[in-house]
Amino acid sequence: MNLQTLRLLAALVSGGVFGFGLSLSGMLDPARVRGFLDVAGDWDPSLAFVLAGAVAVAMLGTLLSKRMKRPVLDQAFHLPPDTGIDRRLVLGSALFGIGWGMAGFCPGPALASLTLGLAPSFLFVAAMIAGMTLHDRCFAGVTRCIGSPS
Amino acid sequence: MTHYWASLFGGLLIGLSASLLLLLNGRVAGASGIVGRLLLARASTNAAFVIGLLIGPLLFLAGFGHWPSVTITASLPMIAAAGLMVGFGSRMGSGCTSGHGVAGLARLSPRSFVAVLTFLSAGGATVTLMRIAGL
Repeated sequence: MNLQTLRLLAALVSGGVFGFGLSLSGMLDPARVRGFLDVAGDWDPSLAFVLAGAVAVAMLGTLLSKRMKRPVLDQAFHLPPDTGIDRRLVLGSALFGIGWGMAGFCPGPALASLTLGLAPSFLFVAAMIAGMTLHDRCFAGVTRCIGSPS
Repeated sequence: MTHYWASLFGGLLIGLSASLLLLLNGRVAGASGIVGRLLLARASTNAAFVIGLLIGPLLFLAGFGHWPSVTITASLPMIAAAGLMVGFGSRMGSGCTSGHGVAGLARLSPRSFVAVLTFLSAGGATVTLMRIAGL
């Protein structure tokens, strides 16, 4: 098996574990997510355990990665650049949070829920992709909007 | 009580998934970034991750004999508006619950701490206001 096949397999397994974890954790259920966000009302704190568990294990992975020169199947780690805290980060996250609160869906769970074949999931994912495309085509930068990407 | 354990174990698995992708492929397991790159037709590993994500609930069905519960109460126009905001906002803020919330916090990224505090506050305020307004 060549390296690219192994990378595909690694991504598939990682996605599968992610999707199963979301299903088990309750994150797939918008009603549970909205109950978790409703701190001032009938608060359901259980999903805080999802975040705590996920961050704890991901932290171990991060520590391990710092002892490695490169990932097992690639030449280098591809980490997002630290561009500092700016208005785009805060505005984007606020907009994301409002949408998350309205529907109870965020990108990972919304995608995984497509497998259950519920119509609102398809509508949400279609709208989410439209929102992403709108941003990437027109708001990612003025130049990118004028000179449309191929 | 059992759903607390399920949430914790589910969370541990999500962390394991993020660690696997980082240690094997050197990539951040952020759902919005992966979908964004998929839309730009970059690297088929993004497609493989999304296929895995879709298989996840099937594994749950195979293991427990029933689908994971998905209860959607919002109206369809509300769902559409929410989807647009989640898509647009996650790209503008360079991440979502997985990229900032799991991978970013695990890296102790200051940007991710700000993002997580912002979207948790905005989400909490939205749910509260909708409850008060009877939506």
